[in-house]
Amino acid sequence: MIWNETVECMSREEMRKLQGIRLKRVVERVYHNCEPYRKRMQEAGVSPEDIRSIDDIVKLPFTSKKDLRDNYPFGLLSAPMSEIVRVHASSGTTGKPIVVGLTRNDLAVWEESGARCLTAYGLGKNDTVQVSYGYGLFTGGLGAHAAVENIGGTVIPISSGNTQKQIMIMHDLGAKALACTPSYALYLAEALAQSGYPREEFQLEVGVFGAEPWTEAMRKDIEHKLGIKAYDIYGLTEVMGPGVGFECECQNGTHLNEDHFYPEVINPETGIPVAPGEEGELVFTTLTKEGMPMIRFRTRDLTHLIYEKCECGRTLVRMGRILGRCDDMLIIRGVNVFPSQIESVICTMEEVEPHFFITVDRVNNTDTFEIQVEVKEGHYSDEMGKMIALKKKVAHEIQSVVGLQPDIKLVEPRFLERSEGKVKRVLDKRVFKND
Amino acid sequence: MIVKQLSVFLENKTGRLNDVADILGKAGINMTAFSVADNSDFGILRVIVSDPEKALEVLKSNKFAVSLTDVICLHAPNTPGSLSSILHILQRENVYIEYMYAFSEGKGANVIIRPDKMEAGVEALKNNKIELIAANDLYRF
Repeated sequence: MIWNETVECMSREEMRKLQGIRLKRVVERVYHNCEPYRKRMQEAGVSPEDIRSIDDIVKLPFTSKKDLRDNYPFGLLSAPMSEIVRVHASSGTTGKPIVVGLTRNDLAVWEESGARCLTAYGLGKNDTVQVSYGYGLFTGGLGAHAAVENIGGTVIPISSGNTQKQIMIMHDLGAKALACTPSYALYLAEALAQSGYPREEFQLEVGVFGAEPWTEAMRKDIEHKLGIKAYDIYGLTEVMGPGVGFECECQNGTHLNEDHFYPEVINPETGIPVAPGEEGELVFTTLTKEGMPMIRFRTRDLTHLIYEKCECGRTLVRMGRILGRCDDMLIIRGVNVFPSQIESVICTMEEVEPHFFITVDRVNNTDTFEIQVEVKEGHYSDEMGKMIALKKKVAHEIQSVVGLQPDIKLVEPRFLERSEGKVKRVLDKRVFKND
Repeated sequence: MIVKQLSVFLENKTGRLNDVADILGKAGINMTAFSVADNSDFGILRVIVSDPEKALEVLKSNKFAVSLTDVICLHAPNTPGSLSSILHILQRENVYIEYMYAFSEGKGANVIIRPDKMEAGVEALKNNKIELIAANDLYRF
């Protein structure tokens, strides 16, 4: 099923025309309403008059996560606060989150995008969807929620956590689809197997999984354990949240709602767009956003784009699997973690040395997050209680900034590598490229 | 009496304890007593040695996290109930024991105690005629 055939099956030529018109409009909006964007464009010697078609997008300067941080919280708004009806936030690189503001129209675009996703997964007005993404500043919960309402389905806004209750509700209310992170889906699958409820008493058929990277192997595992079809839903807070892209029944790439979120792939070193189909850094321009439009936002995700028409009938461009990142951001249990955040905490604590090493792994389908830190001389104690209290203190301080509790491992002095140059501070043992 | 105990932070890694023993042995330092407190990722080695200052120096120069801690060393008869009577004394004075370990030989036993209030602990034990061992005597064992 296709929600919006006019757009989703539009010819490439028509799509480019539409994108061109919308690009011009959004560039005018930011130029006239947002000081940082105007300044950046003036420095680059480009004005809204220079944008005549979608091809002219390459004339525009890039936007980065740093720009969002530098203009925290509302410096990149291109609409007055009176038009902003909701904010969302995701963790930033140094403690302060990244905040986005959405207008009523932005919410409508989001709902439309989400509806396209759910329809592609075979869901409709007769279906009940259990939304087990967290509700709150995180875009997952409310994003998926609105999408379900928009297709006329029934939403169970259960949010994350309390697995036993999740299973009971899913069973009793007859949820047909489950929306959550893929790692929580696996956790739930195991809990469900032990719950005592027979599988045949559940109506569950579809998984709407996103917010963290996952592999084909993980998909097969989930599908096998839950006995469902598992689909990827793609999104990022800066651009919109879940609904930027989705898999169709062909599961041969993630369709991007490119009439709203225009993707480019660039060489991360030079900033020059790569040839179609080549791998590089994914960049998004929000063509219709009003609250906080993103002009050529660098996602740091590495992937490629597929422009051929899909067997499902959609012409919407597809994105290949994300193969990694060109910065050091880690996504752990769906939370964005930057080593610089850990550094900012460690450096302010007098009990530990300003050195650390992060190890991320996936054990029993859950991400593990371990940080080795050295205790400073004079802060070693002969009492176990004090050492354990120190471990807890470091873990707590990091959690308050990152939003995720690490497992702190105290190591002996000078155990961690020192160097004047670039030190390797992260070991990510998870495998995302085993497709 | 108050004696100096060597406290060494050790990661739970094969051979780490032996590294300490080896370094002390090569420096001609004898160990009289030791205990290890541990959890899943690290341990704290507490050891009474013949020359605490020298031991501190050699371990530090080998990049160990090491410090000296004041502890009480006392002598008690190796008989049923003798530890209990000592603990009673400390309990009465509200002296809390952070940790302790003991080693017996024949008729007597030596007990190492790390109290939260050092002076109160020593005072209480002395007043009750408990035999405290001076550093010099202990290191000669």
